[in-house]
Amino acid sequence: MRRLLMLLALLLAAAPLRAQPPVLNVYNWADYIDPYAIERFQRETGIRIRYDVYDSLETLEGKLSAGRSGYDIIVPTSEPTFARLVRAGALRPLDMARIPNARNLDPALMRRIAGVDAGNRHGAIYLWGTVGLAMRADRIRQLAPDAPLDSLALLLDPRHASRIARCGIAVMDSAMDVLPSVLRFLERDPNSIASDDLQAAQRALLAIRPHLRSVTASPTIVDALAAGEICLALTYSGDAIQAGARAREARRDFAITYAAPREGAQLWFDVLAIPADAPNPDAAHAFINFLLQPEIMAGITRQVRYPNAVPASIPLLPAELREDRGIFPDEATLARSFVAGTPDAAGERARSRVWNRFKAGR
Amino acid sequence: MSALRLALWGWLGLAVALPLGIVVALSVGTGAEGVPPVRWPWEEGASLDAWRLMAEDDVVLLALWRSLVVAGTTAGLCVALAFPMALGLLRAAPRWRPLLLALVLLPFLSGFLLRVAAWIGLLRDSGWINALLIAAGLIEEPLRLLGTDLALYLGMVHAYLPFALLPLLAWFAKRDTRLEEAAADLGAGPFTVFRTVTLPLAWPAAAGAFLLVFIPAAGEFVIPELLGPPDAMLAGRAIWSEFFGTRDWPFAGALATALLLVLLIPILAQQRSGLK
Repeated sequence: MRRLLMLLALLLAAAPLRAQPPVLNVYNWADYIDPYAIERFQRETGIRIRYDVYDSLETLEGKLSAGRSGYDIIVPTSEPTFARLVRAGALRPLDMARIPNARNLDPALMRRIAGVDAGNRHGAIYLWGTVGLAMRADRIRQLAPDAPLDSLALLLDPRHASRIARCGIAVMDSAMDVLPSVLRFLERDPNSIASDDLQAAQRALLAIRPHLRSVTASPTIVDALAAGEICLALTYSGDAIQAGARAREARRDFAITYAAPREGAQLWFDVLAIPADAPNPDAAHAFINFLLQPEIMAGITRQVRYPNAVPASIPLLPAELREDRGIFPDEATLARSFVAGTPDAAGERARSRVWNRFKAGR
Repeated sequence: MSALRLALWGWLGLAVALPLGIVVALSVGTGAEGVPPVRWPWEEGASLDAWRLMAEDDVVLLALWRSLVVAGTTAGLCVALAFPMALGLLRAAPRWRPLLLALVLLPFLSGFLLRVAAWIGLLRDSGWINALLIAAGLIEEPLRLLGTDLALYLGMVHAYLPFALLPLLAWFAKRDTRLEEAAADLGAGPFTVFRTVTLPLAWPAAAGAFLLVFIPAAGEFVIPELLGPPDAMLAGRAIWSEFFGTRDWPFAGALATALLLVLLIPILAQQRSGLK
């Protein structure tokens, strides 16, 4: 928080100086781009990029909520942040004439976010993924030989969780990314905010609460997975794949694998968007158009191991990424997957009560 | 003189009354979709919903209570540690004193988050302490250190110790040592002198040091979040998550006001008892 305040102060102080060379202020997730793409954009356009990162939607929304953030490009997740920003009129409609590369986007994927952004007027998909189970399958097979490795039961059935607890279970600290999967496992509407559904989700979560080692931010989970400190986590698909890559680099004697739950995985999309009050919308359009080129997108996916929405980039990827079902889910998984909704303020309040109770364990 | 007074009131108004007023106004506003995600009470009328919700929510009330317990324990530990440290520093040979003081203060020249990150590196399952214990053959499985109350208090005491040490050091340095000498001349042993003369005289300074730690510690959320157990839901963390996570600004405002009210009690109590 102190760092954020300092950044904010710096931004305010720097604002009057921004006139001379064109500057693009990008606010993106941490570890979420290919550094080469930034370098090449600056070289080709002469626009200087000032790059800031966040590690949670909460941080992004917090900064945007106050207004006049000073950013030209933000990368909110489709549900709930992008949806809320569209509804609040906080995003600038994209001028598609200036983004010819938008035709490279997969229309089937773009339709998935058209529900919250009619006609895809405010955003283009950057990267996407699922929420699922990251694990050390070797240890789990030892501790719970009869547990299904591709089911949320691994986590949410106390019989399995209690046995796996010995080697560490983590859940990411995000009601909006966890509650839908829990409701799905309970065969209820994943986006329900009805009180009996939320009560059921709370009971299910409290039943496994004693077996959890931590409820924490997803970068911490990646770190703990790669260090071998935990062997099961409910987290983003890309986190699991990044943790696996880190464990390999460190020559650990175990592998981290990812499974999209067979009950149906929560899909999420991170969307390139321009705040309504962006100081430099021209550069922002140029940047979006630049990113949507197949070879740039292939570079980004190779770097961060999340799938993109530009199909022409897939043949440019090495086979081991192209064929990794953790990165690019198969048709059946996609068909079973669901998109989380965006509850209203009262619904948020109700979900937050459930989540606090779960974290406090009472 | 009047310019000084103007500056004082201007400062109090801008840095204390105005932000406080905004937070209280938030707490009686209503949540809304938009930027910012709240309707101010003068736009759509005041509402006590957030306060009612808070009064019914035992989890956040527990968070408030736990904040006070954690802050009190931290302040107590800090004062208990600062006492012997201050006395030890003053009794050290004069040429060592600056070096010792510098060593005490050195960690605080490094970034706050960096220090917390260092504790994580020491305490985690694959961290230095566990690696050392395993290498020495003392344990086979790593001890759970990170994410426990132990880690929480290590981080808190480490972060807040100077707030207790510096005021105590200042008091000890300027105390009237003749009283202790007189007691010693009259035959009291060193421990009796400390117990019957030094300690009672130092009491107000110790209470001041306690408060100096207690108040900022009660609102702390970074250390409990990064080092403490997952259920260490303290008030600071609850305010943060309501403000940023749920974007429930009225509720966050009510919580922040409640924390402030609770903190006013010890401050007023200290003023009442005439201690300074």
